[in-house]
Amino acid sequence: MRKNYWRSNLKILSILLSLWFLVSFGFGILFSDFLDSFKIGGFKLGFWFAQQGSIYFFVILIFIYVYLMNRLDKKYEDNKGQDNTQ
Amino acid sequence: MDTQSLTYLFVGLTFALYIAIAIWSRAVTTSDFYIAGKGVNPVANGMATAADWMSAASFISMAGLIAFLGKDGSVYLMGWTGGYVLLALLLAPYLRKFGQYTVPDFIGTRYYSNAARLVAVICLIFVSFTYVAGQMRGVGIVFSRFLEVDINVGVIVGMCIVFFYAVLGGMKGITYTQVAQYCVLIFAYLVPAIFISILMTGNPIPQLGFGDTLVNSSTYLLDKLDQVTTDLGFTPYTENTKSRIDIFCITAALMFGTAGLPHVIVRFFTVPKVSDARKSAGYALIFIAILYSTAPAVSAFARMNFIDSVQETQYKIAPNWFKNWENIGLIAWKDKNEDGLIQYSAGNALEGVKPNFTNEKGLSGERLTVNDPDMSNDNEVYIDRDIMVLANPEIASLPGWVVALVAAGALAAALSTAAGLLLVISASISHDVLKKTFMPQITEKQELFYARCSAAVAIFIAGLFGIYPPGFVAQVVAFAFGLAAATIFPALVMGIFYKRLNKEGAIAGMISGLVITSAYIINFKFINAQLNSSENWFLGISPEGFGFIGMLLNFCIAISVSFFYARPPENVSLMVDQIREP
Repeated sequence: MRKNYWRSNLKILSILLSLWFLVSFGFGILFSDFLDSFKIGGFKLGFWFAQQGSIYFFVILIFIYVYLMNRLDKKYEDNKGQDNTQ
Repeated sequence: MDTQSLTYLFVGLTFALYIAIAIWSRAVTTSDFYIAGKGVNPVANGMATAADWMSAASFISMAGLIAFLGKDGSVYLMGWTGGYVLLALLLAPYLRKFGQYTVPDFIGTRYYSNAARLVAVICLIFVSFTYVAGQMRGVGIVFSRFLEVDINVGVIVGMCIVFFYAVLGGMKGITYTQVAQYCVLIFAYLVPAIFISILMTGNPIPQLGFGDTLVNSSTYLLDKLDQVTTDLGFTPYTENTKSRIDIFCITAALMFGTAGLPHVIVRFFTVPKVSDARKSAGYALIFIAILYSTAPAVSAFARMNFIDSVQETQYKIAPNWFKNWENIGLIAWKDKNEDGLIQYSAGNALEGVKPNFTNEKGLSGERLTVNDPDMSNDNEVYIDRDIMVLANPEIASLPGWVVALVAAGALAAALSTAAGLLLVISASISHDVLKKTFMPQITEKQELFYARCSAAVAIFIAGLFGIYPPGFVAQVVAFAFGLAAATIFPALVMGIFYKRLNKEGAIAGMISGLVITSAYIINFKFINAQLNSSENWFLGISPEGFGFIGMLLNFCIAISVSFFYARPPENVSLMVDQIREP
């Protein structure tokens, strides 16, 4: 049970951290010049990711993490309760 | 009322508020003093973390830096926010579950070694004092410019306030004061940004405004800025000048460094539950993002306004702010072509970059400098980047109360960060060095007394930094982040995620990270400062970004050394299992 919990935790972490890397280092730095060829409003897209977008995504990622972990914690607690009654 | 009386009023009112909060939330136990009795609401803790984190550097210097760096400035924006994702996902919940008082506490217990604990304390003290020195310069600038008092008097007043609420209130007092300080600083940051955004683009939301068109024109602000900067000989505002690998490494060093900063981590020890630690990191980042997403807008507005208001203006009729800042030595003008007009463009105005003023006045009434003009370019203006945020409301001719508000906000930012840092310094001395290492027999009451004493001593030393500012403040900021990334962050992450890591590995890792990062930075910043340029750097990585390399080295060495020594003892393994559980 505990192993499952930890494994699900690591899965959540690796997905979210990949997204974290993608929006900041990916869109904001490595592919930034390429994205600059697109524009939204007055912003070049790469510039927007580097100075605005990455920050918004960081906030969203943390709240997705909070949501997923609370769900996982609850599942874990419920299972533990069942184990005890058996 | 004139601007100066308004400034006195605002600063006085906010200071009175901080003291009132301190009296209301005194610390009684060591748990109160170190971690606010674990009773802080996650939203309040988020605000306190945001105030703790956003220092004089974020409030005063960052937008100014970005204004002159353009797209390169994004290293600070991403670096200083992205670290919170790492903190929330990799550290905060587990360290809260561990449930002790300080960061060295975790390292000492997880690596079952007081040597590891002391290495962590040394890194922590170094990182924190570096940071405090920067805050004191911020307090000094605000006092000398807006209240026209001597810098020393300003620093002493600031120190007395911090002394009062940090020594009396400990973490509990600091937390609730920081909540108030966050409100003051964010209000003070947003009001002028919104005003200027409306003036320049007609859009009341600065984050959207700087991607909008200029008032009465169909040209986008950023396009105009690109064009103007290109015309003056700079790299276009929205393009990078630094190499990609350097930007990558600086951003990474700042992110991992942020996640390893002890005064930020310790904030997550103060909430009641593990799930609150996660939530709290999210709220902290929202509160931080409000300022950090506004900052690049402020930068773009400031750069545009600055160029508009000084370029080709006759010095005699130059705006007041230009002369005010010249008076305190942060702006200088050298009339290279002797036409009495101010010309601003790329390049250094003066030989040796920073002005060194004489007491004489030039033909137009400007302050003369000892430095000769740098004749390799036409630029006539020296401007210190630190002044952009403070000068911005004046440059845009906003009303006096906005200027006063910005002064109060800048002080809130500097004081809240200074207090948080002083607290981790004092906690690591009274708790880790005294109680856990050298004087285990002291009672809780004595420990609390020592905590207050070390807070007082730390404040005194920080005050000295403010009164006799070391000339190397700017250089050592790279140091603080680099070291946090190269030493503290890997030790914490591997402590949680890699059970096999033993004390030999952890200590070897921390020491190698510490040594290589310090050696690289000291070499390029102090010993061979003249060689500090990209062709001499390792793989083109600047000293600011080298902490990332130090961190990778720490991981490699720690893991390899671990294999040559025994596994960690059973009880440590159990402890790690325990912190991994919800």
